[in-house]
Amino acid sequence: MIEIEDLSKRFGKTISLDHVTMALNQGDAVALMGANGAGKTTLIRLILGYYHPSSGRVRIAGCDPIKERIDILKRVSFVPQLPPPIKLSLSELIAYVCKSSGVDEGLIGHYADEMKLDMAPNLHKSFFKLSGGMKQKLLIAISLAKQSQIMIYDEPTANLDPKARDDFYRLLQDCEQDKLALFVTHRIEEVEAIVNRKIYMDLGKVVSDEVC
Amino acid sequence: MNNLLLIAYLDLKESIRANWFMIYSLVFGGLIALFFIAGITESQVMGFSGLSRLLLMYIQVTIIILPIFILITTVRSISGDRDSHILEYMLSFPISLKQYYWGKVFGRFITVFLPVFMAMVIAMIYGVFKGTDVPWGIFFLYTGLLFSMSSAFLGIAFFISSLVKSSEMALGISFFVWIVLLAFIDIALISLMLQNRMSEGLIITLALLNPMEVFRVAAISLFDPELTVMGPVAFYILDRFSQGAFVALSIIYPMMLGVIFATLGYRVFRKKDLV
Repeated sequence: MIEIEDLSKRFGKTISLDHVTMALNQGDAVALMGANGAGKTTLIRLILGYYHPSSGRVRIAGCDPIKERIDILKRVSFVPQLPPPIKLSLSELIAYVCKSSGVDEGLIGHYADEMKLDMAPNLHKSFFKLSGGMKQKLLIAISLAKQSQIMIYDEPTANLDPKARDDFYRLLQDCEQDKLALFVTHRIEEVEAIVNRKIYMDLGKVVSDEVC
Repeated sequence: MNNLLLIAYLDLKESIRANWFMIYSLVFGGLIALFFIAGITESQVMGFSGLSRLLLMYIQVTIIILPIFILITTVRSISGDRDSHILEYMLSFPISLKQYYWGKVFGRFITVFLPVFMAMVIAMIYGVFKGTDVPWGIFFLYTGLLFSMSSAFLGIAFFISSLVKSSEMALGISFFVWIVLLAFIDIALISLMLQNRMSEGLIITLALLNPMEVFRVAAISLFDPELTVMGPVAFYILDRFSQGAFVALSIIYPMMLGVIFATLGYRVFRKKDLV
């Protein structure tokens, strides 16, 4: 589903990603690990088409994520490590998601309920005024409601309490069949039960790729 | 197209709630109120009185403050979203870069133009209510000039915003642009001419390239072209051009400049790393 061939990314003289080659397939639930600066976020940003590769290429279902970004992003859900300080109200953010991606608003509400997020009293509040946990829950609800073939989570539970983490992993187990899930994480014990592949990166290279 | 309008609509709503928009609207609305309170419409200077005089005062203040207001409020539109990782999240949805960028431009244009325009409309309505003669010719000329100048500085701001990575840098560059353009209106041009014995052709070209100077000369072109307050470059331009031709140029040129800079900004936005 995602083919990465000899992919490198440089920022000035710094090499963030160094000739990485890998294939991520449908049904893979991958834990992407490594120390800070290992190149995990750079790899994800290249997959999402945010960065132009210095060399090599990324293909998602045969498509270029930069040239065919709309087709690619219809298939991808993404939750960043830290919820950004979006100034839109919750209702505006949900309208943006639903109109741009054809997501069912009811489904966002359903997953928000499952994540124990009470949206109704907060719909007219600015997203950035919510607590860190509430923001993360909403982004997770949106990512699940999008029902994408590829789900990318960059430290998705960083702001969540243990109960909310359990809710997230339970929902994910229900949703991830026949999909590709990619988790950037430092806490392997948390995702151990739901991943079937572990990739370790260091200094921009893949140092190990284990199938569990 | 729907996504473009969606982005424009959301940007507009977000801007209207922002503190900067409130201050921006209060400044221009407050100026008009201040002019009325100060009795500008009752006074007469060089043959101008009533609403004509008020609009002249308004436009002269606007020449200085509108460009910097537009630059500092708009320049962080893309670079600020990039800094705070908002762009990273918002662009993870299937919206084309073209829709996102031009939606932002469109939404922001309405935000910056509307308060400036509405302040003039309120002045007109108040003038009619008080039984003053309404100078429609001046009103339409100034509307065209404000529209055009807003386009120019909005385009420049989006270009800077796309070009630089951090919003602090974008803010610094916009101040620099404003100071340079402000310095290169009449007085600094004349100093240059005197000190360096530059050719008058070069001086006039520099003046005509500066959207602030074009705006200024067009705004005062309705008045007596022999007024000494205009400055020598303005006098020279108005002496050479017919008034109609110069007014047309002063509306078309800044608008084109805005479109060119905004398009260049889009090209940079599309070609560079997004986050």
